Amino acid sequence: MKILLMGNPNVGKSAIFSRLTGIDVMISNYPGTTIELKKGKMKLDGETAEVIDVPGTYSLDPASRAEEVAVNMLQEGDLVINVVDATNLERNLNLTLALLERNIPVITVLNFWDEIRHLGIRIDIQKLESRLDIPVVPVVAVTGEGIKALVSRLHEAKAHQKRYTEESRWERIGKIIGEVQRISLKKHTFLERLEDLSVQPLTGIPIMFSVLIVVFWTVRIVGETMIAYLFDPLFELYLPFVTDLSRMLGGGGVVHDILLGTLIAGQIDYIQSMGVLSTGLYVPIAMVFPYVVAFYLVLGILEDSGYLPRLATLVDAIFHKLGMHGLAIIPMLLGLGCNVPGALSTRILEGRKQRFIAATLMATAVPCMAQTAMVFALLGPYGIKGLGIFFMTLFAVWLILGFLLNRFLGGETPETFMEIPPYRIPYPGSLGKKLWMRIRSFLTEAIPFVLFGVLIVNILYVFGIIEWIGEMAAPVIVGIFGLPKEAVAALIVGFLRKDVAVGMLLPLGLDMEQLIVASVVLTMYFPCVATFVVLFKELGARDLLKATGIMLVTTLLAGGILNALL
Amino acid sequence: METTLFDLKSGEEAVIKNLKGGAEFQKKLRSLNLRRGKMIRKVTAEPFHGPVVVEIDNTEIAIGMNMAKKIVVEASESESD
Ligand SMILES: Nc1nc2c(ncn2[C@@H]2O[C@H](COP(=O)(O)OP(=O)(O)O)[C@@H](O)[C@H]2O)c(=O)[nH]1
Ligand SMILES: [Mg+2]
Repeated sequence: MKILLMGNPNVGKSAIFSRLTGIDVMISNYPGTTIELKKGKMKLDGETAEVIDVPGTYSLDPASRAEEVAVNMLQEGDLVINVVDATNLERNLNLTLALLERNIPVITVLNFWDEIRHLGIRIDIQKLESRLDIPVVPVVAVTGEGIKALVSRLHEAKAHQKRYTEESRWERIGKIIGEVQRISLKKHTFLERLEDLSVQPLTGIPIMFSVLIVVFWTVRIVGETMIAYLFDPLFELYLPFVTDLSRMLGGGGVVHDILLGTLIAGQIDYIQSMGVLSTGLYVPIAMVFPYVVAFYLVLGILEDSGYLPRLATLVDAIFHKLGMHGLAIIPMLLGLGCNVPGALSTRILEGRKQRFIAATLMATAVPCMAQTAMVFALLGPYGIKGLGIFFMTLFAVWLILGFLLNRFLGGETPETFMEIPPYRIPYPGSLGKKLWMRIRSFLTEAIPFVLFGVLIVNILYVFGIIEWIGEMAAPVIVGIFGLPKEAVAALIVGFLRKDVAVGMLLPLGLDMEQLIVASVVLTMYFPCVATFVVLFKELGARDLLKATGIMLVTTLLAGGILNALL
Repeated sequence: METTLFDLKSGEEAVIKNLKGGAEFQKKLRSLNLRRGKMIRKVTAEPFHGPVVVEIDNTEIAIGMNMAKKIVVEASESESD
């Protein structure tokens, strides 16, 4: 049996999916979080049923491309759980009635049941059930309230073959609403005032800058604090262990160098030694991980509060100059965490041109948190100047490249048409779950790659391959970027892991200007392999080739100019 | 006074009178409940030809400037002008 979860965007379908199947999925307060069909299983009367989280739709209009997926799914499904936002009944019922024309059993879920009281809305469920002639179950997806009742009533789902025209459907809805819903006048809450203030330019733009500054500093301070008080002390305890091991292995030799790296001044140096058990663990765990946690904590709050669609609205005009909707701020922000989800989320954008521009800009000019963390470590000692130039350069590249791409690529970017969900206080439970999902994927996906990257570095050194490539690439590295030719090793490793690559700059003894150039070049020249694979899937071979060509040329230009200016 | 959503003043409430533009476009608007007879409030318009933000039944929607020009409304209070 196939159960389809269907409803408007952002009504809690994924939250219910996760309740029914026990599968953790991304749940965020903006439309379009679910970008692919997500499937899971649940037990129903001793049998297994398949549950499908269908992307949100406003109607079942077969002519509209966006609704195509949902309409096609209907042919395959055996039962529809129609998720309805109880705070917006009228609009949501439009889809409900459209489903009732389809001769498939439907059960309706009134989600956000916790929200309706303070909005002054009263809904008579019994009456709604009898008017629609299908079961209607109130739930609160984020707390799980009502989910049991939903499961126990699934078998009551009922199919109809109503015949409506668009007009008669709205008429019918009007009649139902009049009978089942009472709205009492209520005073405007603080959050509602804030909703207006954060999109009105006069107040919205200062709010936007404040939010961005607070985000930046929170990430830095939370990250730094975790490093100073948790991870550095931890690795202090670990030091005697690796030091003993180093002594046992005789302080050198191939095995020693691969496991522990080369000794710096007779000591293991966690950053510079480049051993699998020294640098390979220290970089991802003690340098990158704290910032990743801090970033995803803040991002989760931004996502669940509902601020991001407002941010998207504020920046929409600028983004359109770059050929994108304001909503493309979401791939950019996700990319700041990790370019992989950033690239995946370009799917929420409509149109090939827009997706190409967003993916290319993100992969070129948006450094992931792992890399940023290492840049913090390297440039941090130079104060705000070094970091400032680093970020401003990337931002300038992002703007100029976007502007040019928009000018010279064919195709149109349609106008924005986007629902902005209300502000909500995030549930700590859902925040924690999302944070954990992201941390888990960092731990399981990033750390092995770092270890592998460090291993490769050692192998390349042992065979002299890095020196050889260094000689060949010298004209570019030395001539254009003004870096020592040993920096080529970082560029090679940057394909695997950018954080390790940035760390490899440290032993080179670069000055601040060179560090900035190298960090910028490492961000831009090529995506890391994980991002590369996703981009290949999202863009296809031809567009990926185009994108990487753009990246290489832009890097040469930006790195050269930066080197000349600094 | 009949005007368009684009020309409506920020903060003003109005009733939708008519939708212009292609059939597909009108359908899209209607599926978000932007239909004739519905009461709306213009929250703001973003600068530099940015979108118009409109509130309808507890929901806010950002609508591109040119789309907003195709939504004909009647301002419900004409204390100004
Ligand atoms: N207060 C409240 N928030 C909810 C409820 N259900 C979902 N949410 C929030 O609404 C947002 C959208 O949920 P999601 O499951 O991603 O919606 P989808 O787009 O339909 O899959 C998220 O921020 C959820 O945390 C609910 O019953 N009450
Ligand atoms: Mg979803």
